[in-house]
Amino acid sequence: MTNHYNDLMNSDCILMMGANPAECHPISFKWVMKAKGKGGKILSVDPRYTRSSSKADLYVPMRSGTDIAILGGMIKYIMDNNLYFEEYVKNYTNASFLVNPDYDFDPEKGLFSGFQKESEADFAVFGSYDRDTWTFQMDDDGIPKKDPTLQDPNCVYQLMKKHFERYTLDRVSETSGSPKDKLEEFYKMYSETGAPDKAGTIMYAMGWTQHTVGAQIIRTMAMIQLLLGNVGMAGGGVNALRGTSNVQGSTDQALLFHIIPAYMPTPRANLPTLDDYNATTPTTNDPKSANWWQNRPKYIASLLKAMYPDADPKDSYNWMPKLDEGQNASWLVLFDHMHQGKFKGFFAWGMNPAASGANASKTREALSKLDWMVSVNVFDNETASFWKGPDVDPGRVKTEVFVLPPAVFCEKEGSVSNSGRWIQWRYQGPKPPGQCVRDGDIMLELFSRVRALYEKDGGVFPEPILNLNQKDIAKEGKQFPERFDVQKVAKLMSGYDVNTGKQVANFTQLKDDGSTACGNWLHSGAWTEDGNMMARRDKDQTDMQANIGLFPNWSFAWPVNRRVLYNRASVDQDGQPYAPDKAVIKWDGDKWVGDVPDGGWPPSERHPFIMRPEGFGQFFGPGMADGPFPEHYESMECPFEEQPFSKQLHSPTALFFEEELEKHAVCDPRHPFVGTSYRVCEHWQTGIMTRWVPWLLETMPQNIAEIDPELGRLREIKSGDRVIVENLRGQIECIAIVTPRLQPLKTMGQTLHQVGTTWHFGWVHPKDGGDSANLLTPSVGDPNTFIPETKTFMVNIRKK
Amino acid sequence: MKLGRREFIKLSATATAVTAFAGLGMNLQPTTAKAQLLKIHWAKETTSICCYCSVGCGVLVHTDKSSTGRCINIEGDPDHPINEGALCAKGAALYQVAENENRITKVLYRAPYTDKYVEAPWGWALQRIAEKVKEARDETFVQQNANGQVVNRTDGIAHVGSAEIENEENWYLQAMQRAMGLVYIEHQARI
Repeated sequence: MTNHYNDLMNSDCILMMGANPAECHPISFKWVMKAKGKGGKILSVDPRYTRSSSKADLYVPMRSGTDIAILGGMIKYIMDNNLYFEEYVKNYTNASFLVNPDYDFDPEKGLFSGFQKESEADFAVFGSYDRDTWTFQMDDDGIPKKDPTLQDPNCVYQLMKKHFERYTLDRVSETSGSPKDKLEEFYKMYSETGAPDKAGTIMYAMGWTQHTVGAQIIRTMAMIQLLLGNVGMAGGGVNALRGTSNVQGSTDQALLFHIIPAYMPTPRANLPTLDDYNATTPTTNDPKSANWWQNRPKYIASLLKAMYPDADPKDSYNWMPKLDEGQNASWLVLFDHMHQGKFKGFFAWGMNPAASGANASKTREALSKLDWMVSVNVFDNETASFWKGPDVDPGRVKTEVFVLPPAVFCEKEGSVSNSGRWIQWRYQGPKPPGQCVRDGDIMLELFSRVRALYEKDGGVFPEPILNLNQKDIAKEGKQFPERFDVQKVAKLMSGYDVNTGKQVANFTQLKDDGSTACGNWLHSGAWTEDGNMMARRDKDQTDMQANIGLFPNWSFAWPVNRRVLYNRASVDQDGQPYAPDKAVIKWDGDKWVGDVPDGGWPPSERHPFIMRPEGFGQFFGPGMADGPFPEHYESMECPFEEQPFSKQLHSPTALFFEEELEKHAVCDPRHPFVGTSYRVCEHWQTGIMTRWVPWLLETMPQNIAEIDPELGRLREIKSGDRVIVENLRGQIECIAIVTPRLQPLKTMGQTLHQVGTTWHFGWVHPKDGGDSANLLTPSVGDPNTFIPETKTFMVNIRKK
Repeated sequence: MKLGRREFIKLSATATAVTAFAGLGMNLQPTTAKAQLLKIHWAKETTSICCYCSVGCGVLVHTDKSSTGRCINIEGDPDHPINEGALCAKGAALYQVAENENRITKVLYRAPYTDKYVEAPWGWALQRIAEKVKEARDETFVQQNANGQVVNRTDGIAHVGSAEIENEENWYLQAMQRAMGLVYIEHQARI
């Protein structure tokens, strides 16, 4: 989130799209309702009328997967009616930048310039983009050329206007199935936040990320937020409601193939030395651009020093494993390689991929190709026990399985980061029962034993193993299972001067010469010489801060305790807030007051989007894999052979596996209904914890399939009937709920029905609860994030 | 007597309970009052953050100080600025995550081609995993890729997880897996 949960109350208009916060993030709704109580408008756009929709001023139904069409229509509406916040757009976004004249988009083909075709299916071509033409025209100083009048036909504003010309109300409605009058009302209500003193916000979640066009859906909304001047404002921003209590923190710590802690890119084979790596540091020639990433060499050196305290960062860089240039080791590829038998060993740590990942039966098969697997989890689950799952003969499964019992959240101390980037401290309550041990101690003991083996027997390339930091991880004189020192690790992550041993105050004190150690520069300042900032429980704040519920002395927010990101965009060139009634920051003549500003420079001395090399919000996004502007494509499984925006049916750059294409249903009469998956309030993710909690299981005992009344009549299904939902990848058994919350949609001249089900259940427990919706979802993904498309797929439903 | 917010909530909860059960012909006031005392006098109170979604609600955890040392209650933290004492259905049932007879509380091991788990000591299991890690790493370590570039990575081990453990554990987890050479490192954030 650019903002945080309490900040929702400051909004004049809250759009919930790709999220159902009333059920999936229930306490966030407290702040949604506070906004509504103050006169704010609540909008819900969703395939299903949810509990969130029930509190909305306007509900717009839609077909799953058509978000870009709907939001693209809003961009056109805002531009056609001049509803954008002109001063903001001109000063803080790249609308005025002049684009390379060779950049082009072919509206008939649905492809941007630079497309390199690699394969072809019936209704689409697939390949990748050569992005050479997706660039800006530069002046003699190497700064992008601009037309402040926004009239140049090659300026971003005009190109964007041209691109979205095709997103007419008729075409959008035909695609999404949303009634035209509802769409128009939606556009009108949300666009009102384009007034300088108004702020609109978006609450989205996996309803947006889990599409082959997921990143572009979010980009389309970010563009709307920039057009309306909503980024940086209290009650504004772009706000992802993330799924798990510490998924923000685990992302920040980079348990992901493509990054190392705090969003630095993973070293690649073409960057063999630290100097080569640092040569890729983002640069700018514009003296008014902060280009914060220019500090990256300090952060990587300090990270290397945190991992390998006794080595020069130039040497320890060699110990970091390197990906090949262009190598993709993301989730779907990982399980595809596992399925091909490429791995000997596998760790599933606090995860249940056999139920949570797309195409779960492929994942379950893949686990049987391993020599060994380690599962660390609180309860038995479909991953740990895959070898005794449905239709599996344990006598034919070679995989050696270790199941290790961890402590639960209230049995250990440490920090977790919520979606609003608050890093909050937990204390230990009870001690773990039986042989349960906190995860940190399992890691430390396992790694200590690996290290001992290398010390004793030698082995391949032992240096990184023998030199990994131990002094900042382990308590001296203590043994397993009480050796992991969570406070020392927290101090290491925040960072210290290696010569004095003193904690740094924040990341501005980090150095690129190995004289500072810092495990995560975004955590820097979380533990200073004054102590643990994450554990703070002080609600004191100034009147200005209290007015927007900032709570700057409660816990710690990254970066540098900033609560609203890009807040320099909330003020004019003189540092005065555009929305004085809910000011985030304000220049009082010689200093900023309110939130921690995005850099302390006086007003207008720096462009506000400090993490971008140019310093501006990006309507034209040359870094995307699938186009500098968003474009509507259908999901990889869809009910049509053509779509009204172009001849390209699917995203041309989607991630997929060629040999699985035959199992994709496109306009397949055997699988005529649009399937989607979601969560209920009583369960959480794969149900790995909640299925075992008696109170929760009693309230929601088995998987459900929701359908509209017309489909119920068509298939002779009544509420309470046992039904089978199926496609070419698998089938699940559910209890039917026939409900007017779902309605058939008229789209592309057809009447379409949608089937909604959950991914909370699995065969392990309860015995008759049904299995995961992910048995039905395909192994296809977004070309930018590689997140699987688990929100839209084709199914059939029948009575059992 | 000046009442803080929490004391007030406590008293009003007692009052509600008495009213609700008044028709039963018994006075629950002493029982309710004793239950409140149990929590305060015989329990250690710690603060924590809910383990489910990413809103980050504050909770109060009450741990029995006398005999079992176990969790006896978890409730919303009324001082927490986000949830102000409230919790959702999952949060209200949090203590059943900790106090649950179905929890795995022993190390379990399943040998190849067998059809059951057997219990194993920590030391044996971690030593065997360490040996398996070393064997797989030494066998599948790639020092140079097909183009002759130095990559120093372990291609034969993959890892997923976890968004359910603390930042400090996650930081060490990535450090340890990267020190062992892994590049197939993924977790919940990708799905």
